[in-house]
Amino acid sequence: MKIGLALLVAAVLVLHHDIWNWKDASLVFGFLPKGLAYHVGYSLLASATMAILVKYAWPKNLDDDDEVTA
Amino acid sequence: MIPALIVFAYLAVVLYIGIFAFRKGSAGSGEDFFVASRKLGPLVFLLSIFGTNMTAVAILGSSGFAYQRGIGVYGLMASSSGIVIPLTLWLIGTRLWSLGKKHGHITQVQFLRDRWESGGIGTFIAVVTALMLVPYIIIGVMGGGSTLETISGGQVPYAIGGAIVAITVVAYVFFGGMRGTAWVNTFQTVLFLAFGVTAFTLIAKSVGGFPATMQAISEGPQSFLLSRERMPAEEFFSYMFIPLSAVMFPHIAIMCMTAEKVTHFKRTVVLYPICILLIWLPSVYLGVVASKVIPGLSPAEANDVIIRLLSQNTSPVLAGVLGAGIMACVMASDSQILALSTVFTEDLFAYYGGRKKFGPKAEVWAGRAFIVLIGLVSYVIALALKEKANIFELAIRFAFSGFAALAPVMLAALFWKRSTKWGALAATVWVVGCVFANWHLTNISDAIAPKPPKRPAASAMRGGPAAGGGPAVQRGPQAGAPGAPDAQPGGAPQVTGGPTPAPSVLQTAQGGAPGGSPEGMRPAGPGAGAPGGPGAGGPGGPGGKKKPPTQVRIFPQLGDMFLRGPVNVTIYGFLPVFPMVVGSALLMLLVSLITPPPSKATIDKYFSK
Repeated sequence: MKIGLALLVAAVLVLHHDIWNWKDASLVFGFLPKGLAYHVGYSLLASATMAILVKYAWPKNLDDDDEVTA
Repeated sequence: MIPALIVFAYLAVVLYIGIFAFRKGSAGSGEDFFVASRKLGPLVFLLSIFGTNMTAVAILGSSGFAYQRGIGVYGLMASSSGIVIPLTLWLIGTRLWSLGKKHGHITQVQFLRDRWESGGIGTFIAVVTALMLVPYIIIGVMGGGSTLETISGGQVPYAIGGAIVAITVVAYVFFGGMRGTAWVNTFQTVLFLAFGVTAFTLIAKSVGGFPATMQAISEGPQSFLLSRERMPAEEFFSYMFIPLSAVMFPHIAIMCMTAEKVTHFKRTVVLYPICILLIWLPSVYLGVVASKVIPGLSPAEANDVIIRLLSQNTSPVLAGVLGAGIMACVMASDSQILALSTVFTEDLFAYYGGRKKFGPKAEVWAGRAFIVLIGLVSYVIALALKEKANIFELAIRFAFSGFAALAPVMLAALFWKRSTKWGALAATVWVVGCVFANWHLTNISDAIAPKPPKRPAASAMRGGPAAGGGPAVQRGPQAGAPGAPDAQPGGAPQVTGGPTPAPSVLQTAQGGAPGGSPEGMRPAGPGAGAPGGPGAGGPGGPGGKKKPPTQVRIFPQLGDMFLRGPVNVTIYGFLPVFPMVVGSALLMLLVSLITPPPSKATIDKYFSK
């Protein structure tokens, strides 16, 4: 699981460098440049990635700290 | 005068928030004053940590930057922060919170001292981070003075404006401590979001719809703004390292200690990229739209592009609200003042005998005394060195790289048992050396830096910021540091009052060297020959033509190792932050391996399950 999640994070970081969109100035839906649309999607992907990390890679001992001090 | 009155009303509100927070606090407790008793709720925690990290650059600076360099600005600064900052909050912030709660730490230095069993290394890091934080505070006061002067049409002079802003910030930080600062930051974040939505709606209406505007841009000479054809890949890559600085800033690290529960981090890291999206997307998009609606602005004018768009369509009342939004941006130094005071109080005063001699209650008053002292000294410097604003703005740019390059030190302390204080010392000395080397190289290469071409005056052909009664914002040469290659999306007060007429950082995007000096010049960036890069042309002006960008070899005998663009120094085309982070990590690793490990007691304390 840990390796899978590490690979996921690495893949997301690599996907930030979308060289295939570098010189593409076309518009999506007639008003949104493709490169910008990609990075809007990337922001959503970042949020989803963090949600996955929170769900599957949250250090349990930190929650224990919460309970101790609650 | 109406806009100025609304801004004064805004200042009164933030002052009230600080004093209200004072009433809610438990008197005399250091933990309450410096970390709000570690009791911030989920919404305030999210919005305050986001607001602290996300200043004027998000709305104002990013629009000006996008106006010149196009949609790539979003990927360069927003989406990179949207993944790296949540990752660092998840990895580092949560651990700092946990260790702080367990061992009573309030600052990151308290943890580092204990972790490496060394007071000296902690003091060294405390002094280095404090020195890197000081320019932010001075720039904040300068920006406040200039902004108020401009918004009031000169009726509130710079000195008085700076004093009003400094007194307001010092007052609510003095009374409210961390709770007051967090609440004010929350209020400011809501204001940013409202500002973004308002701007987007009003401008969409006034330009007659976005599809037609975008279509016109794609068919015109500014079509390069819709792609990254003029953005070097090395620069884009280097920017990915800048957000590592976020959690190394003392004010962010301390803020991580304020959450009531660790679960607050869960929501924060998931929602953080969405918050960035909500603020940055309209800002970058509008900056590109403005290149068609108001073409030909100079770099300094482009800094105000969103205000210009709005001021042509708004009433004085709305202009005042926008002015309040700008003031919220320039007053982002509140958490930095509190952090600096916390560092002085906890890491120096209390550690070196103050707590023992005067008792724990004296810490709060020492903290408050430091807040007043920092405010006073910053104000005096802001007055005395008004013409030298560019020095502090430059310092901020370098400090971003410095904080980012300290991230390996913190990661090693938290996750690598074998890391040693000697490794941390070597990495920190490396960072300090690099910051000074970067400064030195920038200074000695100023004379040979490719100069942006002169532009025809653009403001005469279109409404300036004040055209519709809207507030104009004066900026210093490097203000709006979004253009600064070493800048980071959040943190730096971006709306500043530097009057020094030095070339703007944003002029990076204004074109290569005019004519190009053949001696020692080279095309910049990857895929040399691709137009643009740091010297790419801006829309409308002389840079509107596609020109090969240029960088100058600082030491021709070293080839492309050290290159100088119009604004910054690069190393083989990469921004200094990249080799700084790599060097810091390597030194941490290598020096730790050849020096004795920490004691078993310390390893058990920090690494036992």
